[in-house]
Amino acid sequence: VLHVTRPLHTTQQSLAPLPPLPEKGGEVRHGLIPEEFFQFLYPKTGVTGPYMLGTGLLLYLLSKEIYVVNHESIAAICILSVIIYGVKRFGSDVAAFADKLNEEKVAKASAVKNKAIKDLETAIEMEKKEQWRVEGRGYLFDAKRNNVAMVLETNYRERLLMVYNEVKKRLDYQVAMQNLKRQKEQDHMIQWVEKNVIQSITPQQQKESIAKCILDLKALSKSAQAAV
Amino acid sequence: GPLSDRSLMEVRLGELPAWLATRDFSPQGLLGGVQKAWSSYYNKYINVKRGGPAGISMLLAGYCLLSYSWNYQHISKISFLASV
Repeated sequence: VLHVTRPLHTTQQSLAPLPPLPEKGGEVRHGLIPEEFFQFLYPKTGVTGPYMLGTGLLLYLLSKEIYVVNHESIAAICILSVIIYGVKRFGSDVAAFADKLNEEKVAKASAVKNKAIKDLETAIEMEKKEQWRVEGRGYLFDAKRNNVAMVLETNYRERLLMVYNEVKKRLDYQVAMQNLKRQKEQDHMIQWVEKNVIQSITPQQQKESIAKCILDLKALSKSAQAAV
Repeated sequence: GPLSDRSLMEVRLGELPAWLATRDFSPQGLLGGVQKAWSSYYNKYINVKRGGPAGISMLLAGYCLLSYSWNYQHISKISFLASV
């Protein structure tokens, strides 16, 4: 928990991003005297003013022995000439080398930045794709609902079939029972009738029927012989 | 603006003593003044993308002048001049 006792970030100034460094430094003439000095004297003395001032100052210093000429002055002149020659000859090369170093540093940093930007952009695209995928949720649930409805329907029909089969089995049983009963009754009745008939045939009737049959046969055989 | 807020370059010659009276000469004030002067020189001539020899050459020239002025007494002695 941040206990804020003073307001934060109320000023315009912020530490990042830093403003870029200026390209070139302040103008300096002859490497020693800033340009502002020449501009300061320009309105009163024109272009040659500062040079006249410099020459006059130098002659005054020399003549009044404020600047003493001794062995050190010769040394100073030699050193200065060598330095000036070196700067004039190798200045641009050194500047180019330093610029190259700087550019490599900047290129590395900007490569990191670009890579980070690209990674974030791909992340954004994947995120958008995921969001698009979410829209398919509706279809998914419709399919699931369809599945469930089909399963319910299938189950219902299966059970319907089972009920039908069971009922048919019971009814078939009843039918078979009735058929069996009737058949048994029929058989039994036939048997009973046959038995009673056979019982009722007395031996006397049997003899008479056999004699009649023999007479019939004889008659038939006679007619048959006649036909042949 | 008011006299105490102006920097040295913007003070006119006649106002110089009055301006000096408003300056802060305590150690912290002097230190702050030195720091401000150095940082303004640094940011103008050295802390740039493409500097040149001007940045340090002015510092070296100032150092030469300062050391010459410190040794002037010794250099201008007649015994020193004769020994060269």
